[in-house]
Amino acid sequence: MIRQTVHALLACVVTLVICSVAYPLALWGLGTALFPHQAAGSLIYGPDKTTVIGSELIAQPFASDKYFVSRPSAVDYKADAAGGSNLGTKNPDLHAKVKERAEALKATPEKPVPADLIAASGSGLDPHISPEAAYFQADRVAAVRQMTVEQVKSLIDTMTDKSGAVIGAPPRVNVLKLNLELDKETSAKPKETTASR
Amino acid sequence: MALAPTSFLHPLWAFGVPIAASFPLGWMMARSLDPKEAKAGKGLDALPMFLCRLIGRKTPVKMSWKDYCIALLAFNAALFVITFTLFYVQQHLPLNPDTKGSLGALGYKDSAGVQHDGVDTGVVFNTVCSFVTNTNLQHYSGEQHLSYFSQLACILWLMFVTPACGLCAMLAVLRGLRGDSHMGDFYVDLMRTVLFVFLPFCFVIATLLIASGVPMTFDAAAKATPLDGVAAKMEAQTICRGPVAAIIAIKQSGTNGGGFFGPNSAHPFENPTPWTNLLSVASIVALPMASMVMAGKMLRNARHAAVLYGVMLTLLITGTSIAIWAETAPSAATHGLPVVAEPNMEGKETRVGPVASATWAGMTSGTSNGSVNSMHDSLNPLAGMIPMSHMMLNVVFSGIGAGFENLFIYVIVAVFLAGLMVGRTPEYLGKKVEAREVKLAMLVMLIHPVLILAGAALFAAQPFGAKTVANPGSHGFSEILYEFTSAAANNGSGFEGLGDNTPAWNVATGIVLLLGRFPALVLPIALAGFLAAKKRVPETTGTLRTDNLTFAGMLIGTVLLVGALSFMPAVVLGPVADHLVALK
Repeated sequence: MIRQTVHALLACVVTLVICSVAYPLALWGLGTALFPHQAAGSLIYGPDKTTVIGSELIAQPFASDKYFVSRPSAVDYKADAAGGSNLGTKNPDLHAKVKERAEALKATPEKPVPADLIAASGSGLDPHISPEAAYFQADRVAAVRQMTVEQVKSLIDTMTDKSGAVIGAPPRVNVLKLNLELDKETSAKPKETTASR
Repeated sequence: MALAPTSFLHPLWAFGVPIAASFPLGWMMARSLDPKEAKAGKGLDALPMFLCRLIGRKTPVKMSWKDYCIALLAFNAALFVITFTLFYVQQHLPLNPDTKGSLGALGYKDSAGVQHDGVDTGVVFNTVCSFVTNTNLQHYSGEQHLSYFSQLACILWLMFVTPACGLCAMLAVLRGLRGDSHMGDFYVDLMRTVLFVFLPFCFVIATLLIASGVPMTFDAAAKATPLDGVAAKMEAQTICRGPVAAIIAIKQSGTNGGGFFGPNSAHPFENPTPWTNLLSVASIVALPMASMVMAGKMLRNARHAAVLYGVMLTLLITGTSIAIWAETAPSAATHGLPVVAEPNMEGKETRVGPVASATWAGMTSGTSNGSVNSMHDSLNPLAGMIPMSHMMLNVVFSGIGAGFENLFIYVIVAVFLAGLMVGRTPEYLGKKVEAREVKLAMLVMLIHPVLILAGAALFAAQPFGAKTVANPGSHGFSEILYEFTSAAANNGSGFEGLGDNTPAWNVATGIVLLLGRFPALVLPIALAGFLAAKKRVPETTGTLRTDNLTFAGMLIGTVLLVGALSFMPAVVLGPVADHLVALK
C-alpha cells in the first residue's frame, strides 16, 4: 500500500517534469527562435513600431462607413473572453438578432446579405469575411472614400486568400488587413485625411 | 459564402491523411510499446527503464490483472490529489502574469439568476475529474480563469498522462487476449507511451502549429489599440495569448479536447488557418486509428483487427456524412429574411467553413476528443444529433485505448449472441466465453446508458437543471442530454449555451465523469484476465469466425441495436423534435 503510493507519487513527479517543464520549454525555445512573429501572437504594429494595432488573427470592431465591418461577435470582440452565441437555430432570439443585423446592413430581398455577415462567429473573433461579404460592402466603402466600386472590388480580389483550396478551404478576406490596405491606398492621395495610426 | 464545390475535398483529406498515417504509426507503436522480451531495456528502450529506476522500481514486474489495475488506479488517485491542490492555490503560484485568482473563487449564478461569489470547490472538483478522466469537459474558460502555471502543470500534464493510461489499459487487455501469463508492468508501459508515442508526435505537430500562427509565449496578454476603436467604442483590446501550441498539439492527439481558450479550436489562436484545421482534425483520429493497427500486430491477428477497424470506420464515415449533409442547409433562423440562402454560419469560422465544421463535429465526437471548431449548440438540429449519437455509441474509435476496450465489450456480447443463435458455447480468440464474462460485459455496457439517461431525466425534471438551459423547447433538452452524454462518454464537448457552472452541474457531471471512465477502463482488464487464465480450445470448422464480413455485420448490428434501444426515445425528444419544429 505505502509502496504503491510512493511509486505513484514519484511517477507523477517524473512525468510532470517531462511533460510540463521539458516539453513546453523546448517548444518555446524553438518557436521563439524560428517563428518569433507567430509565437508572440502575430501582432500588427503601428507606424511607430511600438503601438500594437491588433493581431492578424483576431477580429476587431469597425463602425465607420469607410471601413469594412467584421463578422458579428457574440462577445463584442473581447479577445480576453472569447465565445460564440450558442443560440439554437430555432431560438426566437437568434431570429431577432439576424433580422436586426440584416436591417443595419441595409439588406433587401433584391440585395440579400451573405450569411456570414449576419451570423456570429464561433470564437467571436473571426478575423475573416467571405469575398461575397466584402463585395456586399464595396458600394458603401467606395462612396465614402471617393473611389470607384471597381477599385475597391479589385482591392478585395488582391486581398482574397485562396490558399488551401485543394484541401477544401473556403476563400476568405482578412478584414483588418483589408482596411489597413485601404487606408494606405487613400492616404497616398493628397486630398484624403484618413486617420491612419 | 456560397459553398464552393472544392469544400467537399476537405472530408476526403480529413479521412485519408489519418488512415494513411495509422499504418506506419501503429507498426511503430507495436514495436516500441511491446518489444520482445530479449529487446526490452536495450537501445532507446533503456530510457523508460531508467525513468522507472528513478521512481524506485528496479526491474519490470510481471503484473497480474489485479496488480495492473491497482497500479493504474493508484497513479490516477495521485493525479487527482495533486492537480486539485494546484488548481486551488493557483493565485499563489508563479507564471501568472495576468494575475488570475483561485479557480475555486469563480462564483456561479444559481437557477434564479442570482450571482454567488466566493469559494466554490465544485468547479475545481469538476475540472479535476474532467481532466483526470481524459474528458476535458470545461465549466470554466481557459483564458479567463487559469494561470499559465495551471495550464502547464495541470492541464498539459494530465493531457499527456491520461491518454497514456488509456493506452496502457489497452496494452494490458491485448496481452490478456493474446494469452500472456502476465499483463506487463504498468509503470514501464506508462513511460514508454509518454516517451515513444505522445512526446515525439506532439513535438512535430506543435512545431507546425507555431509556424502557422499558434502562439507559444509566456508573455502576458497584449494590449492593442484597434484601428477604428473610437467609432466602434473599443479603445483598447486585450488579446490573451500564452503557451498555446504546446497544449493544442496534445489536446488533439491525446483525445483530450480541452481548449486553451473558451471557444476551443474555433479560436483563431488555436486554429489559425485551414491547414492547421486539417492537421488538427487528422491528429484527432490518427492515434486512435493507429492503436487498432497496433492491436492487430500484438494479437498477431491482423484480420480480426481489420474487422474492428472497419466497423469503427464505417460508423464514423456514415455519421460524419450525415452531419455534413445536414449542415450545408441554411439556418432556420434566416427564414423569411433578406439573407442569401447558403449554409448555416452561426457559431462557425469563415476560414473553416460549414463542411469542415461538420466533418470535425463528427470526428471529435466519435473519438472522445471533444475539441470543437464550431459551436455545436448552433448547428442545425440533425447535424447536432450526430455528435450526440457518436458519443452514445462510444465505440467510434473513442478515446485512445478506451475505444478499443469499449468495442471489446461489444465483441464479447456479439460473440455471445452469435453463439446463442447457432447453439454453441461462444468462443473469442480461442477462449470460451462463459457466464462470468458475459455478466461482466453486460455490467460495463449498462453503466453508460444509465449514467446518461438517469442524469438527463433528473436534470430535465428539476429546476437546478431545467433553468440552466439557454435555448427554449426541445433544444434546451438537447443541451442537458448532450452534457450528460459528453460526460459519460468522456468526450468533453458541449452544447455550450448551458449554464453549467453551478454546484449541481459540477458535482453531478463530476461523478458521471468518474463512473464513465474508471469501470470501463479497469473491468475490461479483469475480463481479459479471466480469458487469459482459460485453456485455449482448438479451432474447428464449427468455430465462430471473428475475422470476416459476417462478424463485422454482427458487430455493427449489436452496437446499433444496443444504442438504439437505449437512446432512441431520448434522441427523439431532443434533436429530432427540434428538427421537425424547424421544418414548420
